[in-house]
Amino acid sequence: MGLEEKLPSGILLTTVEKVAGYGRAGSLWPATFGLACCSIEMMAVGAGRFDSARFGMEIFRASPRQADLMIVAGRVSQKMAPVLRQIYDQMPSPKWVLSMGVCASSGGMFNNYALVQGVDHIVPVDMYLPGCPPRPEMLLDAFIQLHKKIRATKLGANREAEITEQEDEALATPPTHAMKGLLR
Amino acid sequence: MAELPQVVRGFGLTFTQIFKKVTTEQYPEGKVPTQPRYHGRHQLNRHPDGLEKCIGCELCAWACPADAIYVEGADNTETERYSPGERYGAVYQINYLRCIFCGFCIEACPTRALTMRNDYEMADDSRASLIFTKDQLLAPLQEGMLAPPHPMPEGMNEKDYYRGKVTGVTAGQLLATQGDEPRYQEAEPGNKGEGWRP
Repeated sequence: MGLEEKLPSGILLTTVEKVAGYGRAGSLWPATFGLACCSIEMMAVGAGRFDSARFGMEIFRASPRQADLMIVAGRVSQKMAPVLRQIYDQMPSPKWVLSMGVCASSGGMFNNYALVQGVDHIVPVDMYLPGCPPRPEMLLDAFIQLHKKIRATKLGANREAEITEQEDEALATPPTHAMKGLLR
Repeated sequence: MAELPQVVRGFGLTFTQIFKKVTTEQYPEGKVPTQPRYHGRHQLNRHPDGLEKCIGCELCAWACPADAIYVEGADNTETERYSPGERYGAVYQINYLRCIFCGFCIEACPTRALTMRNDYEMADDSRASLIFTKDQLLAPLQEGMLAPPHPMPEGMNEKDYYRGKVTGVTAGQLLATQGDEPRYQEAEPGNKGEGWRP
């Protein structure tokens, strides 16, 4: 985020938005961050058979300061939660989080006191991926969905308006424990 | 080979890789099919005449180690029948952010109502939309099926369904639903239950 933030809004900004989205989606670098069995499938995605290099994502950065994407691959224990949050905070903006597998997304079958019941309790999640563990094709599909989302991301004033809108919407949503009806 | 310089031997090895077969799967364009018994997304099946197989017994929910399935049964009535027998699954939800695709629900199902397909693409950006409801899980109506609610074939009861005596929609069933909007599924060659993603 730099010069493109200073540009005047209008036609120029929408064009820059497209270019920036194309660039961001085209070279999304994941952080090397595996927590459990899902990370084995994540490694398979980086290797030859599934080859995330086809999406410009083969470089798993060893430092969060060089990464754009955190793939939370595996169950997040209560003890790991502050570490995960710190890694997320160290990543430079813009950054995205992919919650890989059911344990990271909602706690999965481990509904107990040791695990965080969904990584969205500690970091904002952009894409949820079911599966236990998800097969590598499922992760590639999640990458493609995430790329679509990144390409549609707005910039500058539009982005700020979008964030405000999303926050207002989230504040108006009733909390899960207060939800009534079938989706409780 | 020992008399050749190391560099030539090294590049020779690199050169031979050109002729090796590439193992990379071109995923979104060229999908490699899964094994036929791969545990993918669930499907709620139908009898040949279109009635639902699910009887709302909740055995799948009890078998689930992750508590991902939520079922509410309701009574069939003579005027509104969704499945043969007494009860049907009125509410059926699977939380795909809990489901671990172990297949215990499929083993537990007494009527083969719940089976698994080979689809696996279901990444989404909200937790609520990954709780699949009954309309997303029900198998689409195949050719020659009648959408429930409708009565069982005349002179038959639920036991005849499990003995395989019901093979399709009868004239009596069509007559019973005649006043309603047309629900008989005509031949739709494209309707294979694919492409469920909105």
